[in-house]
Amino acid sequence: MCPLCGWDVLVSYLICGTLHSVDQYLNIKLTDISVTDPEKYPHMLSVKNCFIRGSVVRYVQLPADEVDTQLLQDAARKEALQQKQ
Amino acid sequence: MNYMPGTASLIDDIDKKHLVLLRDGRTLIGFLRSIDQFANLVFHQTVERIHVGKKFGDIPRGIFIVRGENVVLLGEIDVDKLCDNVLQQVSIEEILEEQRLQQQAKQKTEKAKVTALKDRGLSIPKADNLDEY
Repeated sequence: MCPLCGWDVLVSYLICGTLHSVDQYLNIKLTDISVTDPEKYPHMLSVKNCFIRGSVVRYVQLPADEVDTQLLQDAARKEALQQKQ
Repeated sequence: MNYMPGTASLIDDIDKKHLVLLRDGRTLIGFLRSIDQFANLVFHQTVERIHVGKKFGDIPRGIFIVRGENVVLLGEIDVDKLCDNVLQQVSIEEILEEQRLQQQAKQKTEKAKVTALKDRGLSIPKADNLDEY
């Protein structure tokens, strides 16, 4: 399964939740969601789990301490070199 | 039971009461009956819920087919987590009136913004899509 599952993510500065699953279109399924501004979006009060269509997601914020940026940078650099060849 | 492990499948959400947020800002609530790979949805006993401030109103709409590209978010409604203490349900006429007033106020502020910018010699091109999200 995807290595990010179980992490707490924030989608488009609006919805926070635990990442349940992701698919090839980057559709996101979140559990135990909370809305950052419940006054502006009152409809989400009775919703605990949700499915977000990948095409509408602008940003996904991941927990900073779970991501090894050094490793990520090296891997991306290697892939870029491979692509060039 | 997951038919396709590792995917964000909606197959487990079938026949459950759901809330769907559409790109034009509408909220539909109903029983999810059918899905496909584009997130096209078929809703049964659909109700369009209009929210204005702390009030809301429900308009019964019957059976709805929603084209996947218009879907922003689909959430399962938890009957235990019902929110009658915060929100107040009102009649259809009242909520439509409130919505009309809200639209008017929004248009007024938009107009004021555009004239203020015009006075300063700037202009924001009007977006040609009617998306709320």
